Amino acid sequence: MRKWVGVKTMCKCLLNKNLLVTIVLYFLLVGQSIAGQGKLLETAGLTQIEGSGGGGIVPWATISGYDSRDEMSLSVFNTLVFLDDYRLQSWGASAGLFDRVEMSYARQNLHLSASGGEIRQNIYGLKTRLYGDLIYSVLPQISVGVQHKTLVDGAVASTVGAKNNNSGTDFYVAATKVHLGAVGGYNFIWNLAARATKANQLGLLGYGGAKNNDYQVMVEGSVGVLLSRNWVIGFEYRQKPNNLSGVKEDDWRDFFATYIPNKHFNLTLAWTQLGDIADAGNQQGFYVSATGYLW
Amino acid sequence: MVITVKTLILFTAIFLSSCVNKLHSESVYQSLGGYQKVEEIADNYILEIEKDPVIFEYFKESDVERYRAKVIEHICHHTGGPCEYTGDDMQRVHDGMNITESDFNRGVDLLINAMNTADIPYRVQNRVLAIFAPMRKDIIYRP
Ligand code: HEM
Repeated sequence: MRKWVGVKTMCKCLLNKNLLVTIVLYFLLVGQSIAGQGKLLETAGLTQIEGSGGGGIVPWATISGYDSRDEMSLSVFNTLVFLDDYRLQSWGASAGLFDRVEMSYARQNLHLSASGGEIRQNIYGLKTRLYGDLIYSVLPQISVGVQHKTLVDGAVASTVGAKNNNSGTDFYVAATKVHLGAVGGYNFIWNLAARATKANQLGLLGYGGAKNNDYQVMVEGSVGVLLSRNWVIGFEYRQKPNNLSGVKEDDWRDFFATYIPNKHFNLTLAWTQLGDIADAGNQQGFYVSATGYLW
Repeated sequence: MVITVKTLILFTAIFLSSCVNKLHSESVYQSLGGYQKVEEIADNYILEIEKDPVIFEYFKESDVERYRAKVIEHICHHTGGPCEYTGDDMQRVHDGMNITESDFNRGVDLLINAMNTADIPYRVQNRVLAIFAPMRKDIIYRP
């Protein structure tokens, strides 16, 4: 007759054998119950370039950390994009509240390789999940969010002819879904977002321009395949406005591979194709991004 | 843009073809390796529960023999095997347990461990999870 062998009995033998192991085990277990750990591995997603929970360049409907509806989370991220004529750094932090609300801050520095100058902006993000769960609900998980951006110095934005060289706000709605075992047994993830924006190059070149100074809706999407419990590969596309008359702005895309060893850390390497940025044509390069989950 | 459209078409094609394939291919039960493997998964799962203080808390009063028998039937039946499930329905079984979202996922992790130990390939594991995931709504937060 099979009987339960309880944890208490196990702990006792551990205690006899090795006190240290028991203490370490205790802290691991207690630690886990406080921090946001309630989502399945990989389902917290990554941090996108503007600090919101997402993919790499597209915000997703996911709330940034591993918090379930009874937990909270805190994560930090750092992203570097090495383009032909620029280097973009983005770093920041995000808090997830009960898998319902996400509050994020990101700081972007765009280094202009030629002039040695720098464009900096702050991005304050707020997102809330309206419906669903990307794994368990039949329909996709749906969230709405805002990204409020303020330029530290609007000089370059003025030079390229932005109507507003100070600040702007993007509004988006995102739908994300994981289909378990859907692609030959592999899990498949897709995300579709619509963003109302006036931003030129994420806002780094200000808002609005001579060609257009109204909000426009841009479509952004990601697809990915979860190759294992720890690896995801995928592709993203982000439609961009083209407001400025002097310089062209192109749609962005990237191909990414992400390694997610555990619920504390993930690392993404991507190849980005960002097109023309200001006076530099056809910008391509590597994108490296890491997110650490502190809580 | 052309590359984008092509890539999207490719992804969609892979996605659709895999859906179509499913209709003709063997059952998840067969992919798992039949009754013996289902038993192995259930036994591993019980061992995993015993090792996990959070999940064990839910089970400490339960009759493990009954649980083993019903879970084997349940997995066998829902994966397309030749078994009948004679246990209670999911809502009734988990009534009063107030299983949180977090603990549910913890249970999923234990099931994944159990399948790993039974050498179930990742792609078959995902198809198993796809079958049981929709039952979550009947299991969590039941007062
Ligand atoms: C999709 C996920 C799950 C499925 C398909 C499932 C299925 C089952 C089945 C078939 C039984 C036996 C029913 C019977 O004896 O008639 C059972 C019992 C039980 N389940 Fe679940 N279960 C799931 C998740 C969970 C989780 C996450 C927990 C706890 C955290 C849990 C706790 C229990 C307990 C404690 C029993 C024993 C009840 C008793 O002794 O009467 N289950 N479950």
